[in-house]
Amino acid sequence: MSSVLVSTTVNGDPVQFACPPDETLLNSLRDRLGLTGAKEGCGTGDCGSCSVTVDGRLVCSCLVLGVEAEGREISTVEGLADGSALHPLQQQFIDKAALQCGICTPGFLVAAKALLDRNPDPTETEIRYALAGNLCRCTGYDKIVRAVQAAAKDMRKAAKKNAKKKK
Amino acid sequence: MRYESPATTKEAVALLAAEKGSAHVLAGGTDLLAKLRLDMVEPDLMVDIKRIPAMKEIKKTATGFKIGAAVSGAELGENKALVKAWPGVVEATNLIGSDQIQGRCTMVGNLCNASPAADSVPAMIAAGAKAVVVGKNKRRTVPVEKIVTGPGQTSLASDELIEAITLPQPAAKSADAYLRFTPRTEMDIAIVSAAVSLTLSRGVVKSARVSLGAVAPTAVLVPAAAKAIIGTKLDDEALEAMAAACSAACNPIDDKRGTVEYRTRVAGVLAKRAAKIAFERAGG
Repeated sequence: MSSVLVSTTVNGDPVQFACPPDETLLNSLRDRLGLTGAKEGCGTGDCGSCSVTVDGRLVCSCLVLGVEAEGREISTVEGLADGSALHPLQQQFIDKAALQCGICTPGFLVAAKALLDRNPDPTETEIRYALAGNLCRCTGYDKIVRAVQAAAKDMRKAAKKNAKKKK
Repeated sequence: MRYESPATTKEAVALLAAEKGSAHVLAGGTDLLAKLRLDMVEPDLMVDIKRIPAMKEIKKTATGFKIGAAVSGAELGENKALVKAWPGVVEATNLIGSDQIQGRCTMVGNLCNASPAADSVPAMIAAGAKAVVVGKNKRRTVPVEKIVTGPGQTSLASDELIEAITLPQPAAKSADAYLRFTPRTEMDIAIVSAAVSLTLSRGVVKSARVSLGAVAPTAVLVPAAAKAIIGTKLDDEALEAMAAACSAACNPIDDKRGTVEYRTRVAGVLAKRAAKIAFERAGG
């Protein structure tokens, strides 16, 4: 199978890679771009550990072809932190011990960020529904939900502060 | 496998028509790419329709709505006019999978995957939705209930694809609703589902369409169930008659998720509940 050249944007940086047309975006990210944050859990869109966003939409990268990324904007967990400063979600996952083995964590972080981007103050029920596509076999979800709630609070506070500064 | 992402429906159809091997249309890919991963399909050609502008838009037309085949569930749920006009169709489509799946899955993909348990299909059938089918030499408009012929089987020819789904503009005092039964509240497949669309006139059901999912090889339209509530104020007697008509239309499988008896009984129960929701939404 001949490879196809793909030009896309990942975490704000323009990148190019060549891949066979039946390769998943997940494998392109991991094996061609060295972005190993997204993980393959099931490979069939059930577990969410490969979550990324494409043009701002949350998707399972195992159910996207690498060639489909042409001209799109991809965001992965690697784009979450601002330099060495962790994203509030990442910091709260650590503080609240919302991970054990860590395989599902990048997917949870990306899915939680997608939720908070469109709903900065979700209820617990909304958080649980929004993260229903992410499976974790270690922590039992409660700590994950608490971490997302705490991060949402941190982010709302920071947004308020920024708004005041601008005034 | 070759991958093509044409810019027009005409080019997409020409690619399908010219392919001698196995050709698949790629919209959201939430079924197709999972099957690819499991080696359940071995495409020679994949035609990605997401770069075709007409397939990516929800258009308000003179007669209702035209929803492109590549419009995702998430996009559907964000269209306020569509949610207002056809809440049942949108809620059914939004039940498919997780937020991740919603970012990609489409109504037309749900239809063409041809699962008996597809959530959006009974809702589309109850709503009187039609599929705009485009082939190499012709274009035809087909009622959604005529597309699926059996599990995994459709009536589309090898050079045909569905470009869009059309929904009529609902008459005044109309509404629809969709309910499914699953053991879990999220991320599950319907054991039984029911969709009801109805129009009221002075508190009386003037017209109705009732459709069931997961209780037969394909989603079914049940005219006898609609007949049972037309001309009524949805009183208990009418609802019971409708439930009986629904149960009579069931031809389900027996499996670990539900027995024949269970599915047959629950089909009537869900149809009653869906009818009540639609009735209330219509202002009854």
